[in-house]
Amino acid sequence: MGEAAPALSGGVSVVLGGEAGQGIQTIEFILAKVLKRSGYHVFSTKEYMSRVRGGSNSILIRVSSRRVRAVVDHIDILMPLDSKALERLSGRIGPRTLVVGDRANLPDSPGLLEAPTSTIAEEVGGRIHENAAAVGVLSGILNAEEEVLMTSVREFFADKDEAVIERNLEAVRRGYEVGNDLCRRKLVCVDIEKNIAVRNEPLINGAEAVAFGAIAGGCNFVSSYPMSPSTAVLTNLASRDEDFGIVVEQAEDEIAAVNMAVGAWYAGARALVTTSGGGFALMGEGVSLAGMIETPLVIHLAQRPGPATGLPTRTEQGDLELALYSGHGEFPRIIYAPGTIEEAFALVRRAFNEADRCQVPVFILTDQYFMDTYYNTAGLDIRGEEVRKYLVRTDADYLRYRFTGDGISPRGVPGFGDGLVTADSDEHDEAGHITEDMGVRTAMVDKRLRKMDAVLAGSLPPGFTGGKNYRNLIVTWGSTYPIVKEAFERKAPPSSAHLHLSQVYPLPPSALQYLKKADRVIVVENNATCQLGRLIKLHAGVTIDGSLLKYSGLPFSVEEVEETIQRAERK
Amino acid sequence: MDENRFDMGPIDIAWCPGCGNFPILSTLKKTLEGMDILPNGVVLVSGIGQAAKIPHYLKCHFFNGLHGRALPAATAIKAANPDLTVIAESGDGDMYGEGGNHFLHCIRRNPNITNIVHNNMVYGLTKGQASPTSRIGFVTPVQTHGVFEEPFNPLAVAIALNAGFVARAFAGDTETTFAILRSALEHRGYALVDILQPCVSFNRLNTHQWFQENTYDIDESHDPEDRQEAFRLATEPDRLPLGILYVNRERTPFEENLPAFAADRSPLYAREPDLARLEAAVEAKA
Repeated sequence: MGEAAPALSGGVSVVLGGEAGQGIQTIEFILAKVLKRSGYHVFSTKEYMSRVRGGSNSILIRVSSRRVRAVVDHIDILMPLDSKALERLSGRIGPRTLVVGDRANLPDSPGLLEAPTSTIAEEVGGRIHENAAAVGVLSGILNAEEEVLMTSVREFFADKDEAVIERNLEAVRRGYEVGNDLCRRKLVCVDIEKNIAVRNEPLINGAEAVAFGAIAGGCNFVSSYPMSPSTAVLTNLASRDEDFGIVVEQAEDEIAAVNMAVGAWYAGARALVTTSGGGFALMGEGVSLAGMIETPLVIHLAQRPGPATGLPTRTEQGDLELALYSGHGEFPRIIYAPGTIEEAFALVRRAFNEADRCQVPVFILTDQYFMDTYYNTAGLDIRGEEVRKYLVRTDADYLRYRFTGDGISPRGVPGFGDGLVTADSDEHDEAGHITEDMGVRTAMVDKRLRKMDAVLAGSLPPGFTGGKNYRNLIVTWGSTYPIVKEAFERKAPPSSAHLHLSQVYPLPPSALQYLKKADRVIVVENNATCQLGRLIKLHAGVTIDGSLLKYSGLPFSVEEVEETIQRAERK
Repeated sequence: MDENRFDMGPIDIAWCPGCGNFPILSTLKKTLEGMDILPNGVVLVSGIGQAAKIPHYLKCHFFNGLHGRALPAATAIKAANPDLTVIAESGDGDMYGEGGNHFLHCIRRNPNITNIVHNNMVYGLTKGQASPTSRIGFVTPVQTHGVFEEPFNPLAVAIALNAGFVARAFAGDTETTFAILRSALEHRGYALVDILQPCVSFNRLNTHQWFQENTYDIDESHDPEDRQEAFRLATEPDRLPLGILYVNRERTPFEENLPAFAADRSPLYAREPDLARLEAAVEAKA
C-alpha cells in the first residue's frame, strides 16, 4: 500500500452502494444513528430503484462538525457492495476518493482499501450479515464510539432472536476492527470534531417531520391510498393511531380518500390526505368540493417525476401547477413548500390552523428527496403554535353560509349546538340549500373569493439571505432550500442573494420587494418548465432572467448550484 | 317529541309530479319521527341526482356532496362522530355506477350507517340514459339499440360481501318500506335498502304497474340469517323479491374497530393533541 492518506477534517461524504435486498437501508438507518449518537452532525439520503430486489441503489451520508443538510456530488469514502455499484458511481469518484470494500465483491478495483465484509459475514453465519459488517467497517473508519455502535445495533435488531442479534453484533464488531485497523495503518484518516450536544438531538426524516407536524396540528383523521413517496406519512401516523387518537383508513382509491377527508372535516375532525401526483390527480374533484362547501382540507402532496407513473422512487418538483390549478371552479387555496424538517413540522401544523381559519384547502408540497432525507435537528418547536379551532356552538337559527364581511362564515359541526349544519356541492344559499338564484350565486362567489384577503393576511414571509446590494436573486421553494443555502455558505457571493418561498401561493406580498429589487431573478427548481418562475411572472409581474432546472429524477447537488451562482456573479 | 320534527314545512320540491321519490321521502320522515331521534342527531349524506336532492326536503344536518361519493363521506362522518345517526341516500346511478367501487368497499368496511338507494333503473337528472340497473332491452337516447349489459344486482353483490343487512322495498308499498327502513336504521352496522321506484318521466318500461307485476313479498318463513337462501332470492331470474333478504349481526361496525376510540369515546371535534406525548415521540428519535 502507498503513503498515508491526507486527513479528512471538518466533514466527510460517505457513499454506499448495492442492490436492493442487500440491506443498505438498514446500513443507512443504523449508521446515521450511530454517528449522530457519537457526536457528529449527520445528513443522509438515498436514491433507489423501484424494485424490491436487485438493481443498484445508493445512500449518501455526510458526517460533519457542523450542521449538514444538503446533497454533494463529491465522495470522500465510497463503499460499493458490488461491482455494479462501483460502475454506477464511477463518475463521482475523484482523485481523492477512497474506495473501501471487499476484494471478493470488487475484483477489478485498483487501489481498493480492503475490508472483507463478505468474508466476515460468511464466517459469522451468512451473507445476510454483510450489511452489519459494513456498518462496523464504516463506524470504525469514522471513529464512531464502540459502545454506541453496539447498543444501536442491538436496539435495531431488538425484535429478532438472540442468536440473530449475536451474529449481527459479531459482524459489526469484526467490521469495526477492520475499520479501526485501516485508520491505524493511516490508510484512512478521519478527524472530525465531535459535539456532545448533538448526541441527544433527534434524527428525523421528512416523512416523520410531516407526520409529527400533523399531530401537533391536531390531525385526528387520515384517509389515503398508498403511493410512493407519500406512504411513509401514512404508515407513520398509522403506527401512532392509538397513542394520539387518530382515525387512519386506507381508502379504496384516492377519490374515496379525499371525500372521506372532506366528510371528516365537515363532522369536526382535522383530516389529512397524503398522496403523490398521480393519486392527487384523482383528488381534484374533492378539492373542488372543499372549495364549494368551504370545508377545510389539508393535502400533503409528495412529488415524484411524472407524467403518469413516471419514476416512482425519484424526486421532482413538477406538481406545483397541478396543486395550484386543481379542482374545477374558482376558489381560494394555500400552498406551502417547506425547505427543512423544522419548517415542515411547523408548516404542516400551521396548515391545519389556516385551513380551519379560512375554510380553504391547504397544500403541503414536498418530494421524494425531502421524504427520504434524514438529519439531526436541534429540536422541533412543539409548543410553538397552538391548535386553533374555529368552531362555533350553533344556535337554532344557525346559517352555515352566512354572508360576512371577510367571507368567512362561522363554522359549526353536527351535534355541537342546536343548529343544523349543511353542505351542498351545488350552489347554495346562506342556509346551505340548493339555489339557482343568480343574485345569490354572484354573492356566494364573491364571499368565497373574499376569503383570499384573510389568506393573504396570514401569509408567511419568505426567507431572505444575503446583503442589501444584491444584483442576482436566487429563488427557491421546497426541498432545494438547504442545497442553495450551503452553496451560498461555501463561497459568499457578493452580488447575489437567496430568497426562499415556503408559502408559494398566494405569493406573500412581502416577497415582491425582494423580487422587484433584483437585476436578475434566477429560479432553482427540480422540474423542466420552471413552474415557480411562471407563477412569479404571473402574480408578481417580475421577469425571470435565468433558471437552474433539473428533472433527471435526482435532487440538485451543492456543487451544481454553486456553479450557477458563480456564473451569475461573473455576468 | 314533535311529530313533524323532520318536516321542512312548505318548500318547493324539484321532483316531477308522481315521482317515486315522494313516497320514499314521506316514509323516511315517518320512520325517523317514529324513532327516538332528533333532527340534530341525524346527518343525511347524498351524492348527485334526483334522489340525491332529498336532504333539502327533510329537516336534519346534511352533506349533499359529489356524484357517487356519498358513502366515503358518510363513513368518515360516522367515524368522526359515532354519536350521529348517518344515512347515505342517493339513486342507482350514483351508488352503483359512479360510486360502485365505494359501494363495494363500504360494505367491507361496515360503518354503522343506513344506505338507501332509490332504484328507478334509469338516469333521471341527465334525462333518461341507462343506469347500472336498467333491464336488458331498455332503449334510451344513448342505448339506442337497447341495453345489452347485464344489470347490476346490488343485493347479490351485498350478500356476496357479507353485508350486515340487505333489503329491497318498493316505493309504492309505504307500509313495508316503513318496516324495512326502521329495521335498517336499528341495525348495528352497514344496512342496504334498495328501493324500487318508477320514474314517470324517463322510464316507460319499469312503470308502477310493471313493478306490481314483477315483484312479490318474500315469504314470512324466510330466515334472513340463511345466506345461501338470501343469495338464491337475490338472484331469482323472474320476479324481484321484496323484504329483508339477509341479516348478519356478527360483524363489528367500522368505527367500533378503530383504535382511535379504544380509550376515548369523545367525537373528534372535541379532542386536543397530546403534546407531552408528542414531545416524547420526537425525543425517542435521538
